[in-house]
Amino acid sequence: MSIKTAALAAAVSAVAVTAAQAEIKMAFIDPLSGPFGPSGEAAYTSYLLEAERINEAGGVNGEMIELTGYDNKVNPKESLVQLQKAIDSGARYIFQGNGSSVAAAIIDAVNKHNKRNPGDEVLFFNYAAVTPAFTNESCSFWHFRFDAHADMKMAAITDYIRSQDDIKKVYLIGQDYIFGQAVAAAAESQLTEKRPDIEIVGNELHPLGKVKDFTPYIQKIISSGADAVITGNWGADMQLLMKAAAESGSDIPYMTFYGGSLGAVSALGEGAMDLLYQVSEGITNLEASDEQYELIETYKERFPEYDYYYHRAHVAMRMFKEAAEKAGSVDPIAVAYALEGMVHQDAYGPVTMRAEDHQAQQNLYISTVSDDVKYGVDNIELGWKVVEGGEIDASVAEQPTTCEMERPEKP
Amino acid sequence: METIVFALLNGVIYGLLLFMLSSGLTLIFSMMGVLNFAHASFYMLGAYFAFTISGSTTFWIALFVAPVLVGLVGAVVERYGLRKVHANGHVAELLFTFGLAYLIEEIVKIVYGKTAVDYRIPDLLNFPAFTIYGASFPAYRIFMLFIAIGMLIGLWYLLKKTRAGLIIQAALTHPHMVGHLGHNVPLIFMTVFGIGCAMAGLAGVIAGNIFVTDPAMAVQMGPIVFVVVVVGGIGSLEGAFLASLLIGLIQNFAVGINASFAEIFWFTGLSPTSEIGDITISSLAPVMPFLLLVLMLIFRPRGLMGEQEL
Repeated sequence: MSIKTAALAAAVSAVAVTAAQAEIKMAFIDPLSGPFGPSGEAAYTSYLLEAERINEAGGVNGEMIELTGYDNKVNPKESLVQLQKAIDSGARYIFQGNGSSVAAAIIDAVNKHNKRNPGDEVLFFNYAAVTPAFTNESCSFWHFRFDAHADMKMAAITDYIRSQDDIKKVYLIGQDYIFGQAVAAAAESQLTEKRPDIEIVGNELHPLGKVKDFTPYIQKIISSGADAVITGNWGADMQLLMKAAAESGSDIPYMTFYGGSLGAVSALGEGAMDLLYQVSEGITNLEASDEQYELIETYKERFPEYDYYYHRAHVAMRMFKEAAEKAGSVDPIAVAYALEGMVHQDAYGPVTMRAEDHQAQQNLYISTVSDDVKYGVDNIELGWKVVEGGEIDASVAEQPTTCEMERPEKP
Repeated sequence: METIVFALLNGVIYGLLLFMLSSGLTLIFSMMGVLNFAHASFYMLGAYFAFTISGSTTFWIALFVAPVLVGLVGAVVERYGLRKVHANGHVAELLFTFGLAYLIEEIVKIVYGKTAVDYRIPDLLNFPAFTIYGASFPAYRIFMLFIAIGMLIGLWYLLKKTRAGLIIQAALTHPHMVGHLGHNVPLIFMTVFGIGCAMAGLAGVIAGNIFVTDPAMAVQMGPIVFVVVVVGGIGSLEGAFLASLLIGLIQNFAVGINASFAEIFWFTGLSPTSEIGDITISSLAPVMPFLLLVLMLIFRPRGLMGEQEL
């Protein structure tokens, strides 16, 4: 390196340091194109809106949040490239959610990065990758999950199925990767435990984001004689599954994790009522404060092609702000320690960040589609409404953990 | 029984759709002597054009106008692109179509955005045609079937029963001779390229709304179409037809089969819980066409009906 370039490099890094002092750089690494583009885009817009609001209210400890989106095409390899790019540009906080395969790669990369670069740590806020292992056997101090994991959601679904005596045969369909496999395993073990009389008539995994026409799968489901289908599908895989179900005139209820994926309700139309169920951390039609209603309406106004769906994105941002203020610092280790055990009072009930495994504990809601709602989705009249007995308290939704966490020295 | 009926219905429709794409590709191959990598991009253009046109008018107008537009784009590409590149040989042509595929994809991304557009089937056809074994069969799929068959008959008539078809066939194999007889061979080539692209465009118009219209649709369809052309025998329309149906049926039958490797190869003592044993045939459905491609190239390199080896 010549003296000139060295001087230049020093000057550039000096600029980067002063810039970093003025703002908190955050990176959003998720699909922003392709079949899962809308899933990433909908979450990204939620984060942008929340960051904007925090900045308007004076920022975090007086510092402004700067959020940058990185398109990873739901590809773990691509994600690592984007992660490196984000870290190089000074981001210390990473948001990612779409795809447990990606999240696993990021956790691993962040663990390694933090080990090799003491003083330059990075935190990973996972808002949707729900493979249980991330807060169990492969838990990490650097990872925080703001969405309920697959076993928790499945427990909500199987509890609901336990109360439905007319469901005798269940069909499982999911995406063929770590998350889909986790959902199928959880469904199988929990159903045998809670309703041993239920027969699992199908356990199907299809390639992630590759199937364009689910008709053959739907016809298989119909001919299996299933009374209910459980699926963890999300994004385009959820929407297209529903499109095929609607076309085939199937009247089998779908118990889903992500029925709220863009376009799933409008694909079914009126047929979605009492047929499409989802379990989530909150829905827009819950009784809430005026501020929450205002947020929902502002979001819709700003981003009319999406719906207010990623409530947990707002929660993650707000909890970061509270933790940073509690710690009096935006240093990742200090923020991580402040987040542990923190209780955040939110629109749909308190959210607790469990210290043992960094898994957020919050109320879950089972909802179905109805035409009698305050807010519709997909720009139609239909929207989500909580089913009877569909409110699951955080204490009931809580699942034990096997996490044995290694912690860095407290600052 | 249900499995067989469903797989037959879906397989034939999907197969015919593949044929709409591969017939153009195989014709263009006979003409240029190289595979057109951008062929599936014209399929994508058909879907996007139809989305735009049906948005401001109706689906029925789009059904006729969009393929014509795609055909014109194809003709322009041939006239002002390929014909110039042709002078530099096959490799240049191949690279040209390769680059063109990327170019079209990026243009589509810039114009329509990176995510899928909401291209819907017309309300008039949005009803179940009939119900078998408790599952209703959408009328639109029957409509697709008729469009595909109509195109098949039209193409056959054009090539085999008209004078223009005779000249085209002659020009594909003996362009110099046809030229000496006083026909305008470059014009014929441009027309064939245009028609091939228009057929791909038509496939896009009728498939874009039942599947997904997004910038990735060309990349996803491209490999399957190549498989069809290679399996059918490069340059052979009959072969492309057979291969399309074969691949459509194989893929749909595979989805319907639940048997795992452990059940099929029980005599080898394969455990159903082992890594290989619990692979089911249905999970292999997306791989089937490529398996067929590999086997075909090993055992019958000229394809089902092809006259020349690759």
